[in-house]
Amino acid sequence: MIWLEGVAVRYRAPEERLGTFKEYAIRRLQRRVRYQDFFALNDINLQVRRGEIFGIIGRNGAGKSTLLKVISRVLVPTRGRVYLGGQVSPLLELGAGFHPELTGRENVMLNGTLLGHPLRELEARMAEIVEFAELGNFIEAPLRTYSSGMAARLGFAVATAWQPEILLLDEILAVGDEAFQRKCQARMQSFRDAGTTTLMVSHDMAAVSALCTSAAWLAHGKIRLIGPSAKVIEDYRAG
Amino acid sequence: MKTDGVHTQSHIYDSLKRGPVALEELRGLLKYRDLIYQLVRRDLVSRYKRSALGIGWTMLHPLGMMVVLSVVFSQLFRTVEGYPAYVLSGLVAWNFFSQTTSAAMTQMVWGSALLHRIYLPRTAFVVSAIGTGLVNLILALVPLLLIVILVGLPLRWTFAFLPISIMLLAAFSLGVGLLFSAWAIYFPDVAEMFQIVLIAWLYMTPVIYPEHVIPESYRYWFFHLNPMYYLVQVFRQPIYEGVLPSGEVLVGSLLIAFLTLALGWIVFSSRADEFTYRI
Repeated sequence: MIWLEGVAVRYRAPEERLGTFKEYAIRRLQRRVRYQDFFALNDINLQVRRGEIFGIIGRNGAGKSTLLKVISRVLVPTRGRVYLGGQVSPLLELGAGFHPELTGRENVMLNGTLLGHPLRELEARMAEIVEFAELGNFIEAPLRTYSSGMAARLGFAVATAWQPEILLLDEILAVGDEAFQRKCQARMQSFRDAGTTTLMVSHDMAAVSALCTSAAWLAHGKIRLIGPSAKVIEDYRAG
Repeated sequence: MKTDGVHTQSHIYDSLKRGPVALEELRGLLKYRDLIYQLVRRDLVSRYKRSALGIGWTMLHPLGMMVVLSVVFSQLFRTVEGYPAYVLSGLVAWNFFSQTTSAAMTQMVWGSALLHRIYLPRTAFVVSAIGTGLVNLILALVPLLLIVILVGLPLRWTFAFLPISIMLLAAFSLGVGLLFSAWAIYFPDVAEMFQIVLIAWLYMTPVIYPEHVIPESYRYWFFHLNPMYYLVQVFRQPIYEGVLPSGEVLVGSLLIAFLTLALGWIVFSSRADEFTYRI
């Protein structure tokens, strides 16, 4: 489960763009470094129960991605409290750390450990990952020989190789051709059926109303409305 | 707020219950130790996969430098017994320091792009840079010991002290790497300035030249206030001189390594939360 209490994220950017250390030092000595505060998130209170599928909707720039970052621990909140009752698997960045010179297998190890999985777990799941990605012997070839579709399939396979406790989605993610996309959606569905707590950011209202029981409408960093997804979508469309 | 019966204790996260950041970083590193191994492996494999010499290149570079320096300076420094061994042992230690600290900054910049998207222990990239350097250093020991023998110096049991010397070098480099990479993320010119500092620093340390070249009155500034003096000596003395490091060198190295590592770790950890706040 996920619990956010009074969470705020405040970015503090210098008014002037100080690209090099020399510029910064000069301005600092002149005491002319001024900062501008920007609250990407302000006073967020949110509770997602175990096994719930929760939607986050809002206009561009409302803070949806920032909210995902706070939950995936990329950002430490400026204020407030974030409680996570399980391991978070963000399905946000597939193929992070992929290196073109390493083989597919080596990249699975690198990407997998980046995502926090121990090596022996990766070795145990390797056959399954290769099978899901439909790569066959290509797994032993360097990544630079892969097409973008193959790399994407591999990234998806590694990221979804384990049943997640908490799943974060930024838009419904399905890669590859139609047949593979159906496999992706089937795997997502199996997670939902097994009771994975899911937090889904989406602009696709049809998907949100079909899949999510509850939803939150985020506007200018604040929660405008939380409730059953149908009601929230209706108000969002009207507002 | 209720918690249900079955949950994986290790994965519960409460942002208010974080311990001191410096300690959290250490715990995170231990948890992600497989990642560090993978990052080091990636560095080594990707570097050597497509090069003709392969892993031999690690050894060739310091050897090449040693040959050039020996040819150039053998007349000037002919009083130094076995000059090639003197130079090479100093260079191996120096290169470890300069390469790992520079790599720490590069890796941190590369890693910061990842940090904006995935949660990772922030020190992982600097630690992996030191790890890669350690592998290269250990490989460089082979030609180093060969040169010592070729030059006619006795190979004493004292080189069994090397693991400790190497650990001290690694601790110091890690501390410096952490200190500078915390800046280097924000300002790209820090890495450039550091390269210039390194060049000057090299000439202030008796790596290429013997100590007695520097007049007495300058030795305090050049050597006794120079942290790398102690660390190069703690590495060089067991190999080249065949003695255990002198008391002064050993105590100096221990203090410097420990203090720098502690300082670097604490400063880095205290700023680490801000990394992802900078766009």
